Parts: sequence; structure tokens; C-alpha cells
Amino acid sequence: MSATTVKLKIDNVEVEVPEGTTILKAARDNGIEIPTLCALEGLTNYGGCRLCLVEVKGAPKLFPACTTPVSAGMEVITNSEQLREYRKMTIQLLLSERTHVCSVCVANDHCELQSLANKLGVDHSIFERNWTRKEIDSSHDFLVIDRNRCILCTRCIRVCDEIEGVHTLDLKQRGRKAEVIMDLDEDWANSCSCTSCRKCAKVCPVGAIYVEGEPITRTKNKDVAEFILTRRKRK
Amino acid sequence: MSAKEKIRVATLWLSGCSGCHMSFLDQDELILDLAKKIQVVYSPLVDTKTFPENVDVTLIEGAVANEEQQNLLKEVRAKTKILISLGDCAVTGNVPALRNAWEDGGKLALERAYLENTEVNKQIPRAVPALLDKVRPLHELVKVDYFIPGCPPSASVINYALTELLAGRTPNMEGRSKYG
Repeated sequence: MSATTVKLKIDNVEVEVPEGTTILKAARDNGIEIPTLCALEGLTNYGGCRLCLVEVKGAPKLFPACTTPVSAGMEVITNSEQLREYRKMTIQLLLSERTHVCSVCVANDHCELQSLANKLGVDHSIFERNWTRKEIDSSHDFLVIDRNRCILCTRCIRVCDEIEGVHTLDLKQRGRKAEVIMDLDEDWANSCSCTSCRKCAKVCPVGAIYVEGEPITRTKNKDVAEFILTRRKRK
Repeated sequence: MSAKEKIRVATLWLSGCSGCHMSFLDQDELILDLAKKIQVVYSPLVDTKTFPENVDVTLIEGAVANEEQQNLLKEVRAKTKILISLGDCAVTGNVPALRNAWEDGGKLALERAYLENTEVNKQIPRAVPALLDKVRPLHELVKVDYFIPGCPPSASVINYALTELLAGRTPNMEGRSKYG
């Protein structure tokens, strides 16, 4: 690791971190929590969920903490009233985009979207729901993808590519039409690259990818970041 | 406390499974303390046929799925000071709203219930309120003052909300109840 360090202020606390560290990591290493859904330690940062947006003093726009590297003298605000409002709105947009019905979801009580909604005080959504209908693929022996619950965080795609190294999963289409697919949009059972490693189910923050017949507590009970970091070090 | 001084509370059961009402009853002995201060003027639990005037607090379980419910909700809003969405169906639409994902979900739901899943007397009832195109959460139709998500919300969170309101305070629901 580079010996050069950078000094900056996060929520008025002076911190010193190695050059090139992201704002998110700098904050977390110093005990300041920033909510995220797409970021996962050990995977490339993607900046898709927009929950980690922070204010930087002197800058007119907001920055995603997970993809913005720190710079010397930076003054970061992670928890202003405006940011809290934006985060609540982001959660509401995620909830209204697809069919998130906790009461009938396999990940009920073990879902990062659900627990963030609760934590940030989202008790209803000001946005009308889309009520779209996406395809469920249960052709695989035990892995199931219910795209109605997907929030497009792409954790599964990144873990499949970067850790398992097979890149079975990817996205097709753009925007609200975007969907996670296997190989060239095959049924999961027909995927010739999938190794059935279950990492996608493990990292899925919601109930979109799960292992059929396995209690969700077992699929998601590990410290996922630690598991990925261990795999990464094994090379 | 005479009936006149008591806070007038109503509960309403729209498209839901009655689980939220069960949770309301599940307050156990705490409901006795509540009973000293409130009078339940309209509810599936009491035998009043029409929704009365001047209700202080109305708790509503369930989503709005048919015309009768839509009209009743508007009437209730006009006659109630504080209206509370109780439970996920009232707050999000939840399970009753799953049919929204189909263009003609109402029709499909009726066919499923009365034609496909029955052996005898296959017919779709006509002498009942017509289903709406889309099932809606309450706040998309009327102003809602407080939201208590949960499937069902716990008895303690219902008790908290009512106790705070009865004491003349604003309940802070943030982080107290969760979806699902």
C-alpha cells in the first residue's frame, strides 16, 4: 500500500487515509456509516444505487462516496438533512420500480433494502408503483432468479466476473428495462459457463437470487465481504 | 370517563387478511388501558352499520380494491380527524395489489377464484361491488396522516401510536415498524 496519506475532514472529524482511498472506505474505516446497496468490499465499485451520495464543501453537486477518491483538504458531509431526504427518496424509487412485496419474499427480514427502508424511516412511498412483470427463471437445479425483486445493484454480476471468474451473469437493456441475464440470455439451466457456485445468491442484497430449498439465513448468514476478501487473497 | 369524553376511534377492514386487526387485539392487557380512554364507534369488531360523524382516529387495514371501498374510504376521510394506514396492504398495496402486474388483473383474479379453482357452481358473482382496475394504497386516494407498515404491524407499535395520539402527542413512527 502506498505510504502517502491524505488528510481530510468527514463530518467535521479529521481523518488520515492512504491516497486513492474512496470516501466510503475512509468514512467506514473511521467509524462513520454511509448507507449503500451496490457497494461490497472486495468487488469493483459501481456507483449505481446512489444511496451513498455525499456533499463535498465547495462543490455544487453531490458525489457517490463509493467511487470518489479522497483528496487533501476535502470536507465531506455524509449526513445532512438534505442527504437524508434524498436517501429516503432513493429508497422509495427503488421500492416503486419493481414488485417489492416483503410479506411474500424469500428474503423477508434478511433484506438490505427492507432494513435500509426501516432504518432511514421510509414508512410509505410518494411514488406510484410500476407493477411491472419480469421473468422468473427457476430452470437451474437450485438457483432461482426472480427479476421482479432485482434492484440492479449488479453485485451478482461483479462477483460472478471478478471472484468466480466466469462472467455468466450480465445485464441486458438499459434503464428500467434492464435485466440480469445468463450467458447470451439463456435459461439458467442451459448456461454453459455457470459453475453453480452460489456466490450470486450470497451477495444479492434482496431476494432476487436465492437458493431453492435453503433457508435464507444460511445463504446470507456469512459476512459476505469477508468471504469475498478471503477468495480474493487466495488468487 | 363517560362515553362523551372518550376519544372516538374507528377501525376499517378493506382488502386485507384481518391480520392487522388480530395484531390490534393482540395488545393483550394493554387494550384494557386503551378501553378506558377510547370508544370504538365503528369496526368489524362492533355492530355499527354506518360510519358515524366526528371520529377522532380511524385505523384502516387493507388496500382499496373495489368501488365500495373507494367510496367508503372517501366518506371515512371526510368524517375523521386523524387517519392511519395500518399495515402493508394499506401502505403499499401488498399482496392484494399483486394483480396490478396484469393488465386485466381484476378479471383474471375473479376467474381464478370462481371458475378455475372450483368444481361446482362455476360463476362469477355479480351482486358484489365491481373491482377497480388497479388495487391502490390509501394515500394514493386520500390524505393519510400516519403510516404503520408491517405485515402485520406488531401489537406494541399499534399500542405506541394510539397511546401517543391519546396523550395529544405526535407519534414518531420512524424506524419503529418495518415492511413485511
